[in-house]
Amino acid sequence: MDAILLQILNGLDKGGAYALIALGLTLVFGTLGVVNFAHGALFMLGAFCAVTFNKLLNLESVVVDPEKTTAWGSPLETRTPYVEAWLGDFGVFLNDYSVPASIMLAIPVMLLLGIAMERGLIRHFYKRPHADQILVTFGLAIVIQEIIKHFFGANPIPQPAPDAFAGTVYVGQILGMGQTLAYPWWRIVYLLFSLGVIGAVFAFLQFTTYGMVVRAGMHDRQTVGFLGIDIERRFTVVFGLAAVVAGVAGVMYTPILPPDYHMGMEFLVLSFVVVVVGGMGSLGGAVAAGFLLGILQSFASMNEIKSLVPGIDHVIIYLVAVVILLTLPRGLLGRKGVMED
Amino acid sequence: MPTRNVVLHVADVHKSFGGLHALSDVDLQVEEGTIHAIIGPNGAGKSTLLNVCIGRLAPDTGAVVFDGQVITGKQPHEINQMGVVRVFQTPEIFPDLTLLQNVMVPAFAKRDGAFRLNAMQSVEKRTDIRDMALHWLEDVGLAGQKDAIAASLSRGDKRRLELAMGLVQNPRLLLLDEPTAGMSRHDTNSTIDLLKKFKGRGMTKVIIEHDMHVVFSLADRITVLAQGRIIADGPPDEVRGNPKVQEAYLGGAH
Amino acid sequence: MFNNPARNDWMLLAGFSAVILCLPILLEPIGAAYPALMQKFCIFGIFAIGFNILFGLTGYLSFGHAAFLGVGSYAAVWSFKLFTMNAIPAIVMAVFFAAAFAVVVGYVCLRRSGIYFSILTLAFAQMCYNLAYSVLTPLTNGETGLQLTLNDPRVVDGLFFEPSAGLPRVDLFGLPISGGGYAGFYLCAITLIVCFYIAMRIFRSPFGMMLRAIKSNQNRMRYTGFNTRPYLLAAFVISGMYAGLAGGLMAATDPLVGAERMQWTASGEVVLMTILGGVGTLVGPVLGAAVIKYFENIFSSFDDHALHGVLGFLPNSIENPIVSFLSLFVGDGWNLTLGVVFMLIVIFLPGGIMEGLRRIWNLFNRRPGNRDAMPVAQTQPAE
Repeated sequence: MDAILLQILNGLDKGGAYALIALGLTLVFGTLGVVNFAHGALFMLGAFCAVTFNKLLNLESVVVDPEKTTAWGSPLETRTPYVEAWLGDFGVFLNDYSVPASIMLAIPVMLLLGIAMERGLIRHFYKRPHADQILVTFGLAIVIQEIIKHFFGANPIPQPAPDAFAGTVYVGQILGMGQTLAYPWWRIVYLLFSLGVIGAVFAFLQFTTYGMVVRAGMHDRQTVGFLGIDIERRFTVVFGLAAVVAGVAGVMYTPILPPDYHMGMEFLVLSFVVVVVGGMGSLGGAVAAGFLLGILQSFASMNEIKSLVPGIDHVIIYLVAVVILLTLPRGLLGRKGVMED
Repeated sequence: MPTRNVVLHVADVHKSFGGLHALSDVDLQVEEGTIHAIIGPNGAGKSTLLNVCIGRLAPDTGAVVFDGQVITGKQPHEINQMGVVRVFQTPEIFPDLTLLQNVMVPAFAKRDGAFRLNAMQSVEKRTDIRDMALHWLEDVGLAGQKDAIAASLSRGDKRRLELAMGLVQNPRLLLLDEPTAGMSRHDTNSTIDLLKKFKGRGMTKVIIEHDMHVVFSLADRITVLAQGRIIADGPPDEVRGNPKVQEAYLGGAH
Repeated sequence: MFNNPARNDWMLLAGFSAVILCLPILLEPIGAAYPALMQKFCIFGIFAIGFNILFGLTGYLSFGHAAFLGVGSYAAVWSFKLFTMNAIPAIVMAVFFAAAFAVVVGYVCLRRSGIYFSILTLAFAQMCYNLAYSVLTPLTNGETGLQLTLNDPRVVDGLFFEPSAGLPRVDLFGLPISGGGYAGFYLCAITLIVCFYIAMRIFRSPFGMMLRAIKSNQNRMRYTGFNTRPYLLAAFVISGMYAGLAGGLMAATDPLVGAERMQWTASGEVVLMTILGGVGTLVGPVLGAAVIKYFENIFSSFDDHALHGVLGFLPNSIENPIVSFLSLFVGDGWNLTLGVVFMLIVIFLPGGIMEGLRRIWNLFNRRPGNRDAMPVAQTQPAE
């Protein structure tokens, strides 16, 4: 029982990341009708916002005191991050919480990048065939990841979770199910965070006028265009929103998976599968399928299952996608008429 | 009335979309070698009826029988291979191919209907197919532009091209969805002549048309649909005089 | 323009063959005339021609073609390990296994079209890649990669030759294929010419015409009496066989295969080559493959030092920023250059290099009616 609960928990945080990326993909696809292969790169960019922020916070002043020496006989260097020197205790706090704090950096950065991408590139591909959209965004994804590689190197850069959330939490005790079930704090934070973001996006779509237009646009783009609503500007906002969602998902994921330049593509491939399983153009489907596949994947990586079906952990998601696409052509919650020939 | 073979029998077909009854109890018999026109006001269910006939839509109840075989539920290509060809309302052509190729493709379908991996054969060597295609392009008056890309044609020319694509298959039953819409009067007349040419040569035609001039100069029999039901069915003169039809459709304007 | 198309095709084939066979002479001035690089041009040329048969003719964009390349490579190396070092059986096995695999993958993936098809193929390729790294390690040797060892059985060779000391070389009835000699290049070159010829025949065949019609309007094909699926599957399998052949040749010229050969990046590369050269043209994919492999070679070998050397005449204050900017694009940054160029091509010149050449050609040969004169050949220039 514990083992099963643990696998579900394990799957949920990964599923959260899939769901957040898939949500943005679906949003962009549903409203703009564009298949964005660069969406994974946005997730990766978010993660590197966290890296950059952490680096900025750790810019240090080095004071060499020639009078004092270390135990090895070299002059003692005192390193103090500027933020701590300037802001005192708040600086220390900020440094500890650099990952969640870097959301503050990521939101404007991703918003600007998203808007720039939509205005500069995506907009010109609304009327081109889907193959062209895939190709150009694929090219863009390569460009983004190579630029990141140039500046940050090819190796993963681990990011620490705040001290308060660094350890594990005894989930079992809380739920009264036994002592053994321990689980990393940060993963629980991530799960709650992703649920929060998903809730916020749905609330935005449900309760704001903007959101209503977007939903209407997903339903029937032409009609919304006829209503004389400035659809172009809203498209830009939707794209920016999707970029921000992917970005913050990336930021918060860094303590779980040290970011490197090609993490975006790995997540993109999986997220596409998630979108397809959930049903192209269905937001709820994307979220449900994200969590579902996350959980399935973690179950498949249980030793008991792996010994039964070797290698299943590596292929389960793809296998599910193939089966779903062949049996339910529209995915779990897909609507009729989306992307059909 | 001389008894001829019934080639197409739409038997008690019912089709609804949500709450809308697009077709109710439609029972229709088309005799071999005739031109059978289906007319009716907008939204009467004419296009739905054609879609049911070619397998694009499945009827809720009832069946479509072609030449003694039930064709409901068959794949579109199977229905085509039985000899039922449709010419669409919005031209369905191969926009990236040349006119000649556009007609050659259905000609191949007629000749080599089943899948053939003739990958090492040269198209150039198939003069039989080429001549067949050219012949029909000439008949619809497009032979002069045989090497143009189909997307560059005017709408009226696209319709004529599609007509050639249908005729080249020498179908037993040709379903025409407003074949002259968007054509000039001159082109309309030549299309009428073209269709008349094949009258009684074993090719049956079902034609949906708004243009009463076309209908009355071509049709042997007319069926009038209104709100998904057949309100009249008979020879042109009979239908013309039918007060129900005049009320529902003609409104005395013609 | 008025002579018969069949003769134009023969001239195209003759010209193409001449260029390929004379590559060692033609490439001398640009410093690319060594066999190891030229055989890469040929191998990726074959890969791209095959990809183009699927994407160029039917419009189905596969993002998993590298899987077939990988299967072909593994099959070839196994042939070397188990049977003989002769290249022919290895290549035959490569093509056979790639074809069998393509039948399975194609049967599943072709049930959907458009973007779904792309994602399905991508999923399949990733699945193969993951499997090659994990469960299939006995077949693929995992991360180390599959290679020849001294105690491979090599049953057939064992019947005829005394095993020599050291690892044997891949040969073709005595001609050494692996190791970067001219024999390896000419094997690849001749295979490329044969592949080009077959592709040309396919482009000109009724089958090719049906594929183009499917690309143009698949629905109409169905109402014209065609069951489109066998056509698509045939195209997919042929295209997979080309990829397997390329994989087999790759293994023959260098019998070491790693799973990264099947990764999505490798699938992406062949897409780039085809688009860059010109989708749907005959010569384009080969040209794209050669251009990408050539510049990869050049750009990868450049580094900051080399840049400083080239720009040394500039004053330092200008030189340094320029060098640090350019260094983004060379060396490890080659992929960035590739990405940028690719985006520019998709945005401004969707027809690729061939489209560019045609535009230049038309600029200098503006004769009325010239362009419509040969529509059957409109997807590829006659020159």
